[in-house]
Amino acid sequence: MQLNIKYFGMLTEVTTCNEEDINFKGGTVSDLLEVLFSRYPSLKSKTFRVAQNNNLSPNECEVSANKIALLPSFAGG
Amino acid sequence: MKNVFKEGAISSDFIANSIAKHQTKKTIGAHNIFLGQVRADEIDGKTVDAIEYTAHEEMANEKFHEIREETFSKFDLTCMHIYHSLGTVKAGEICLFVFVSSPRRKEVYKAIEYVVDEIKANVPIFGKEIFEDQTHQWKVNS
Repeated sequence: MQLNIKYFGMLTEVTTCNEEDINFKGGTVSDLLEVLFSRYPSLKSKTFRVAQNNNLSPNECEVSANKIALLPSFAGG
Repeated sequence: MKNVFKEGAISSDFIANSIAKHQTKKTIGAHNIFLGQVRADEIDGKTVDAIEYTAHEEMANEKFHEIREETFSKFDLTCMHIYHSLGTVKAGEICLFVFVSSPRRKEVYKAIEYVVDEIKANVPIFGKEIFEDQTHQWKVNS
């Protein structure tokens, strides 16, 4: 499946891009993270949460949406 | 979906105009306002000069909408307005403006605290604290 991955905040310093499209063979959020960690090894040391279709998604959930976002700690207000 | 974001700092004129606009709504007996201001924190001998805000705008506006709906269901409010900055906001300038109004004062005290806590915990906004020497670190809400 074709996924659009968006990166935010400090994570963009690791990926050096704000978003990208990748091909994913399917699986859980954890499986997807393994793919991303192999692309960007230093992502592994960062704290962030994953959203699918604008909703936070636990790592054990299946990837079922095309819109994925990696969100570091929030700092609004 | 309403767009909560404004580019740059929220000016005192904008806030004053928002207050003035409510003079026609005569069932209101109490307003409460929260203003978030960028603090010139000193970290390891360096002072924060500004915060550069970015956000997952689509998700953030959805979360703001959910917070709005939830707040209206919990408290007896007449109206509510939320604005948050994007881009650079200098120390001393306003980056968050929350404005709630109700017939009675007790509701607005509770509502404003609820709204601000929800924003800080659940809205994907990110802050890059820029020091005076142009180095930076990433802000984390405590």
